[in-house]
Amino acid sequence: MQNIYDVAIIGAGAVGSAIARELSRYQLTSVLIEAKPDVGMGTTKANTAIWHTGYDAKPGTLEAKLLHRSYELMKDYIPEAGIPMEPLGGLLVAWTEEQQQTLPSLLERAHTNGVTDVRIISADEVYQLEPNLNAGAWGGLFVPGESIICPFTIPLAFATQAVLNDVTLKLDFPVQKITLEADGTTLVQSSHDSLRCRYVINAAGLYSDEIDRQFGHSNFTVTPRRGELIVYDKFSRSLINHVILPVPTPTTKGVLISPTVYGNILLGPTAEDLEDKTNTATSEAGMRVLLEKGHAILPDLISEEVTATYAGLRAATEHKDYQIRAHSDQRYICVGGIRSTGVSAAMGIAEYVSGLLTDAGLTLTPKAEFKTVKMPYIGNAGIRPHQNAELIAENPDYGQIVCHCERVSKGEILAAIHSPIPARTIDGLRRRTRVLQGRCQGFNCQAAIVDILANETGQSPRQILALEDKNGH
Amino acid sequence: MDIKHTDVLIVGAGPTGLSAALTLKKLGVAKVTVVDRELEAGGMPRLCHHIGFGIRDWHRIYSGPQYARQYVKKAIANGVDIHTSTTITGWTGENTLSFTSPNGLGEIEAKAILLATGCRERPRAARMIPGKRVQGVFTTGSLQRFVDEHHLPVGTRAVIVGAEIVSLSAFLTLKQAGIKIAAMTTELPRHQIYFPFSPIKWILVDLLERATVQTLTRVSRILGQKRVEAVELTHLDTGKTEITACDAVIFTGDWIPEHEVARAGGLAINKGTRGPQVDAQYRTSKRGVFAAGNLLRGVETADISALEGRQAAHCIHKFLQTQTWYGHKLPIEVEQPITWVYPNTISDAEGQPIKYLSFRVSEFRKNVSVKVYQSNKLLHTQTFRQLSPLQTVRLNGDWLTALNLEAEPIKLVITS
Repeated sequence: MQNIYDVAIIGAGAVGSAIARELSRYQLTSVLIEAKPDVGMGTTKANTAIWHTGYDAKPGTLEAKLLHRSYELMKDYIPEAGIPMEPLGGLLVAWTEEQQQTLPSLLERAHTNGVTDVRIISADEVYQLEPNLNAGAWGGLFVPGESIICPFTIPLAFATQAVLNDVTLKLDFPVQKITLEADGTTLVQSSHDSLRCRYVINAAGLYSDEIDRQFGHSNFTVTPRRGELIVYDKFSRSLINHVILPVPTPTTKGVLISPTVYGNILLGPTAEDLEDKTNTATSEAGMRVLLEKGHAILPDLISEEVTATYAGLRAATEHKDYQIRAHSDQRYICVGGIRSTGVSAAMGIAEYVSGLLTDAGLTLTPKAEFKTVKMPYIGNAGIRPHQNAELIAENPDYGQIVCHCERVSKGEILAAIHSPIPARTIDGLRRRTRVLQGRCQGFNCQAAIVDILANETGQSPRQILALEDKNGH
Repeated sequence: MDIKHTDVLIVGAGPTGLSAALTLKKLGVAKVTVVDRELEAGGMPRLCHHIGFGIRDWHRIYSGPQYARQYVKKAIANGVDIHTSTTITGWTGENTLSFTSPNGLGEIEAKAILLATGCRERPRAARMIPGKRVQGVFTTGSLQRFVDEHHLPVGTRAVIVGAEIVSLSAFLTLKQAGIKIAAMTTELPRHQIYFPFSPIKWILVDLLERATVQTLTRVSRILGQKRVEAVELTHLDTGKTEITACDAVIFTGDWIPEHEVARAGGLAINKGTRGPQVDAQYRTSKRGVFAAGNLLRGVETADISALEGRQAAHCIHKFLQTQTWYGHKLPIEVEQPITWVYPNTISDAEGQPIKYLSFRVSEFRKNVSVKVYQSNKLLHTQTFRQLSPLQTVRLNGDWLTALNLEAEPIKLVITS
């Protein structure tokens, strides 16, 4: 007889992982299902890495409400889980008179959304805060709460904590068919595996509309909105002190320039609606637009080296708000259309969804113990293992640097490969440890990392390097 | 924290650092310490498993690994203190560097410091080649580590981006690994593969004839889902594109000095070379800190770097004895199509005169004069029958003896 889970969560991005974590407080058996070979591999991993206050969300929307609630929850969770974060504050700059005139309404909106520390500042103040900005600013809006965060650690922290609290994680499980059975259970099938559960939560991101259709609904369609970004060399970090935001338009928050918690500068994203949900390629046109915009805002960027470029797809829909709905009769909750604020809103969404589950008839009884999690620190602001004399004395591998650009030690790589959610791919190692994310992009360490990964996981190098599929062909 | 003291601290145990260390010991310096972040000393030649090393410094022909071993062995035999797996993490004083290693953290204080941290190739991301992030994208450096250091699979059919001397090194590595070369591309109108030595020239010519060097061609996109499946080539003269199937792309050349330690120390960086600004005695903008080798301007052959290391050692030795430090006074600037020159600053008119300056240009030019001006005063003219990109050219330096250090910067220009 197959085990019947109380809840199956489809999608291990920031949102799905946060829901799994939230439910793991209760006396339930839950399973977190992910199509890809790791958690946090979709929209979650390729975004602007900002922890939003929600100051500019449309007042009265669920998005505004959950962003606000999530902000409060994250304040405690970030230090608890050791997530790299720097509270730099955001500086929205008006570059035209027209943009300047929108500042009072943006201020009013922020106040309506409960973000009360936002204030309008003069052009002089803009340049006091950011002396390297190009000339021509009319003024700005200062949003002290906007912060930079590690988007890689967040879903890993949520999912790891869920796993530590007995949630089952099923990777490489692309859901193909969902069947509501007469016995009150739901059958969830992939091409090679299946499981049974009582409740389904759809947090499938870009594919949330397709899962929704399996339940017979057609409330929304996800249009992948590509955002391309450029990461600049760490030597550029000193050019800015805050997250430099543009005045948002109805379709996008616009191109921003932001420091990252790893000590780089990020420029992006573009916003382009596509049809292909797998098209995470960068484009020549996208890069050109970014370079133009970036250099217009921060001219000194021109002489800095580019460390990386990437593209992510946001799960945009035809609606202006999140598509979160409970279908109690089907024991199904849809958590779709989490456009571009998933990382920031995830904890708020998770709490809200647990309420919907109760409404749908699931009893949530807290466990006696809810284990916490402390993630390896990969940020720039705190102490990394290679700087920790005690740790190195205990285990010399933490003083053996493998990735020189990002100063990642062998000890960290081994720890990531043997963590509760083990890194099994190069990409998984990159997001957990920062290897290969630096300025040389593997000139020095790529081969060593493939070697370690192959040795420690028992996979063949050919498989790791995508030179063959899993069956050895 | 444990502070070590040494006479000369050398950062980087490649040909430059080790030959400098060896020379310093021969000059009688008591304590010479070399640190390197790699597991093994020897530097980049360790990875080049083909011959062509040692011609100008040892007057013999070695393979890369033999050449590297030779330097390490000699350095150790002469009492040089080499610490591998030791990464410099920053500056804690004017002449003190901090490090991390499996043995713990520490600091090293030195009477003089030589930075010989080498260079790296500009990777795909920095060249902003569009497409997905896929496996199968290499630089020559990562390719050689895959093949020779870790014996990992690279693919079956490769496109080499670049057609200069280092591209040849990538070519040889691929051939040795049994990988087919689908194409070799350069954005320049001609390939720039100069044979550094004659004995095996004919083999190389034969190999090259079998590969197609596509000139005026740019890799404009990388195609593939998880692994490189093809590249899009754009022909710069016609604007036409074509798709070439391959499962590996090797980006070669386009060197960037590995200047992290230099920049962290606040050393003046030259805009052209992107390496530390140096005068004719390898002195940087910071007292007691010298720089030499590929860190100054990207890659030159190992023997050239090693000879620079020797020269730098003499300058360091002189500084240790006299404690004289003038500081940079007069910048040497360049005008397009000259991309860089070094030495790129002048500290003092006394001391040994500069024998020559090294410079590079960005385009092919024939029958031109390189003129050196200070304000409107013409200091020197030298004619060249041909100048080619990616080729370092020497400019006579004897005009540097009688200069007004208080006047305007020196400027190098090219006229037809």
